[in-house]
Amino acid sequence: MLMLEQRPQPSKTMLYLTPVMAVLATMLVGGMLFWAMGIDPFRAIYLLFVDPFVDSYNLSQLFVKASPLILIAMGLSIGFRAGVWNIGAEGQFIIGAICGGAVGLALWGSTGWWILPLMALAAALGGALWGLIPAVLKIKFNANEILVSLMLVYVAGNLLAEMVQGVLRAPDGMGFPESRNLGRNDPTALPDVFPALGIDAGGVVMLILLAMAFFLLQKHALGFQIKLTGDSPRAARFAGVKPGVIIAVCLGISGAAAGLAGMFELTGAAGKLTIDFPLGYGFTAIIVAFLGRLNPVGILLAGVVLAGTYIGGENAQFMLQLPAAAVTVFQGMMLFFLLGFEILINYRVKRMRRAV
Amino acid sequence: MDFSSLNAVAMIVLLIGAATPILLAAIGELVVEKSGVLNLGVEGMMIIGAVTGFIAATTTGSPMLGFVGGAIGGAVVSMLFAFLTQYLLSNQVATGLALTMFGLGMAALIGRNYNGIKPPRAERLDVPGLSDFPILGELLFSHDPIIYFSIVLVFAVWWFLNRSRAGLVLRACGENHDAAHSLGYNVQLIRFGAIMFGGACAGLGGAYVSLIRVPQWTEGMTAGVGWIALAIVVFASWKPWRVILGAYMFGGITILQLSLQALGISISGAYLSMTPYVVTIVVLVIMSADRKRASLNAPACLGRSFHASH
Repeated sequence: MLMLEQRPQPSKTMLYLTPVMAVLATMLVGGMLFWAMGIDPFRAIYLLFVDPFVDSYNLSQLFVKASPLILIAMGLSIGFRAGVWNIGAEGQFIIGAICGGAVGLALWGSTGWWILPLMALAAALGGALWGLIPAVLKIKFNANEILVSLMLVYVAGNLLAEMVQGVLRAPDGMGFPESRNLGRNDPTALPDVFPALGIDAGGVVMLILLAMAFFLLQKHALGFQIKLTGDSPRAARFAGVKPGVIIAVCLGISGAAAGLAGMFELTGAAGKLTIDFPLGYGFTAIIVAFLGRLNPVGILLAGVVLAGTYIGGENAQFMLQLPAAAVTVFQGMMLFFLLGFEILINYRVKRMRRAV
Repeated sequence: MDFSSLNAVAMIVLLIGAATPILLAAIGELVVEKSGVLNLGVEGMMIIGAVTGFIAATTTGSPMLGFVGGAIGGAVVSMLFAFLTQYLLSNQVATGLALTMFGLGMAALIGRNYNGIKPPRAERLDVPGLSDFPILGELLFSHDPIIYFSIVLVFAVWWFLNRSRAGLVLRACGENHDAAHSLGYNVQLIRFGAIMFGGACAGLGGAYVSLIRVPQWTEGMTAGVGWIALAIVVFASWKPWRVILGAYMFGGITILQLSLQALGISISGAYLSMTPYVVTIVVLVIMSADRKRASLNAPACLGRSFHASH
């Protein structure tokens, strides 16, 4: 009979090995799923997990998808470390795009290098304020931040619908519910920096913020307090850490990061605000954060893997008639496997003989 | 604007229809949380129930088999969550989120060939004589069987939790799993059962959305109802009867908001569509603000993993 036995110390090897095991298990079980659907499993797996990283056109799309995922996941991971569950990043992403977009549209026609940074600032601020709503309600009224932040996703989605039909609608757009195209307007279009990998100015900002998150968590006292709050809230309280401050900081940072990602998406890949603007990055980023072990370096790798499944998924839709939903199933499966394998970090499987 | 077109009786009948999926999912989640488990995957289980119920109903031609199919679908997918959280001790919050994401994707995948089909109609359960009674007949005796079932279910859950020995054991697991374990109860198995019950209820609620409320299948059609059900459990302070109150209140807001949109009121539709979500937040804030009462009613072991060391 198999039994679980607690390890004296968490296994470092397993800590790094489990995400790899989760990806491999997803390939295996996902392959069987494709086979059951009558799709060639080897080609599908190749398209999802290899082709995005070898084909030069796919590579040029890699960070277009990976940058927002990594940026959002970076912010979320700081909160998850502290046990603050912001799952409304999708809403903060939308609000960031609305705020950044509103600034860009208000300044339509003017030129200057300062317009994009101003838009980014507005987006980060908007996202942070949207993220602070659940924080304040949690601190003041003890309301569950998971449910509040998630409800705000639906509120933000409706707000976006209102904006693109109302004040932010393109005046010369023949009444279509969409804004002017900020991505095709010189001062508001996000400049490319390293097109071979799809890294634009937003990608560069993402990498800088990722390095700052690494510094925050590894070297800064605040990072230590965040980790301490997550590991042992009581100990943190005794050490003088104010839980309210940690909640506000975590939701503020993750909101700002998601808002920024929304604005980069708007001025880069999307170009304009439409009702279909949100693509679910805010939810996929939760998977990225966990798969990356809530660690900035891990998140970078995990973000690239999941961006690959998006790109490969689009190609597989076209070449193998793979349904679009299959990629979502794949991503959910990956998180399931990861959470399941995580037990190997703290426990080992032991064969026990039944007592005679 | 002409408010006279709003028929109060018809609106209450609509309200009950809008509230029933929330009620079913919430009463299931209440049992799960009473056993000490927080399953955030309600939305995922509901959408799976919506698609499996829809397929079961359209292939067999029987709406009743559709509801059974929805409940089975929800229960089966909840077993993933149960296995991971109970036997692999995974974090309940993360696993619940995974269940929601997986469920939404899986439902879209399973249901991709079922878009735009009309399901078989569920007949109303008319009571001869009584249903024709003016107003009261329409209010009390003109619903589909699932609505009556949902009320009976709430009563059964109340009786089970407060009047039966098995319910006492389940609550013990939620209040203090170590004590329940030391008394010889199999905490993991009890919680596994509770999670499956919650899955079946959520699946039934989902099937109600796709078979009666809408009635057809579209991707992501549950639109956050599962999350609202989670909030209703908090609103109800884990008391079965209050779940009815909470669910019907939300049904009322949804119907009022839709009727105002149909009337062409000057407030824009998008703002009206947000109201159920905003009200959920307001209600959560009001119910959580009294910390003492909130902590008194919430199961003490809610969200904590249990592993027997021997």
